[in-house]
Amino acid sequence: MRKSSVFFIYIFIQIVLLGCMFTHASYKQHISLSHLQEKVNLVQRLGLTDLCLFTEASYTRHLSLADFHTAFQDSPMALEHFPSGSLVTHPLAAKKTYENVD
Amino acid sequence: MRTWIERHKNILDFTLSSLVRRKRKNAALVSVYTLIVFLLASVLLFTYALREEASILLKQAPEMIVQKLVAGRHELIPVAYMDRIQAIKGVSSVKERLWGYYYDPVVGANYTLMVAEDPDVAPGSISIGEGVSRTRLASPGDTLEFRTYQGVTIELEIKKTFSAESGLVSSDLILISEDDFRKLFGTPKGFATDLTVRVRNPKELPTIAMKVAEILPDTRQVLREELLRTYDAIFNWRGGILLAILFGAVLAFIIFAWDKASGLSVEEKREIGILKAIGWETSDIIRMKFWEGLVVSLSSFLMGILLAYIHVFFTSFMLFEPVLKGWATLYPEFKITPFIDGAQVASLFFLTVVPYTVATIIPSWRAAIVDPDSVMR
Repeated sequence: MRKSSVFFIYIFIQIVLLGCMFTHASYKQHISLSHLQEKVNLVQRLGLTDLCLFTEASYTRHLSLADFHTAFQDSPMALEHFPSGSLVTHPLAAKKTYENVD
Repeated sequence: MRTWIERHKNILDFTLSSLVRRKRKNAALVSVYTLIVFLLASVLLFTYALREEASILLKQAPEMIVQKLVAGRHELIPVAYMDRIQAIKGVSSVKERLWGYYYDPVVGANYTLMVAEDPDVAPGSISIGEGVSRTRLASPGDTLEFRTYQGVTIELEIKKTFSAESGLVSSDLILISEDDFRKLFGTPKGFATDLTVRVRNPKELPTIAMKVAEILPDTRQVLREELLRTYDAIFNWRGGILLAILFGAVLAFIIFAWDKASGLSVEEKREIGILKAIGWETSDIIRMKFWEGLVVSLSSFLMGILLAYIHVFFTSFMLFEPVLKGWATLYPEFKITPFIDGAQVASLFFLTVVPYTVATIIPSWRAAIVDPDSVMR
């Protein structure tokens, strides 16, 4: 068989697999609906505000509720030292100003 | 048309033979290329799926959280504040939430303890998340010991474990009765951790938040929109997690494409010279180099993205697990629903395949327009 034919067959197989990837994703989304509903119910029933992504520090566990002192939680000169702290951005609610300090 | 196809197939045959001749170098090239696409695609697939799931879940979060602040720090809020908020026009319900953190010295893990109105969490019993169950090797019927604020140990029986599939919201969660919660942390009666507010018309939420701020100046209001935007910001390309990993991969790809674009090896130049000398036209050489770039980049892209999908949704983002775990003893297993953004896959295709293919053609065109005699020397 010609090398070009082998290459086209190889690319064709990969494209079919790429199609399978989208089909699998859509199938999984469909069968995960009950699990998703279970999570939605928990959030609604308990009034949860955050995803359980990082459990090492309170301000990354509930990062939407972190306060202004997060970076200095241990002392005024304490530096941020939890690894997950460097992966997340500050909560947008903390950007609001409560007093005009300028 | 048939002649055109045959012509391209002949050029492709020659290109593949040429690539096989330098198989070690090209195998290394394809491996590195696949690895870069794999890294980029893994991060993109993971963050997009999480962002989608976060937006679906947090849409059900309370519309507003009211927390008391003292000297900039979160404090217990008097339950009496509920009546003052309830009196605001447009507020449909106000509820108190009692929750906090408990550090378990046995395994060195942090749990989130929350009071819930649930028949499974009567005084003396608790419901635990899958992560707590895994970390403490505990299942329904077992008891867990907790040390109260007074130093007294209390035992609570596990009544229920949340499913592993709900781990994204419940992995470190322990649901506990109000009596046990107050006994454990010494939270006085008449105080809660924070308040949740539901409103009749979501459009009125900013106005209601302003009114709450006016009547209760020692509180802050966190709106559901802000929760959603916070999670959206974390997982978009500017968020820390993406930027940290993407920066290295993108830089590697730029160096990689730059090296290819900056020039050809002596061997490749000689090959072009010989082809020109035996009658190949410049356009044929450009076609050959186009196919060379496409063979390497397309096969690497497809392989990279397929491996990334397996990595993210079948192995739960295994390679990046240490980054996500940090120092945590209790970590959720990321069983996320595979939401894929077709536009994101297409962007990755245009950002990786097209620049590389173009970068391969330009130096070849430069070599091909030079006199074959001088190229071969």
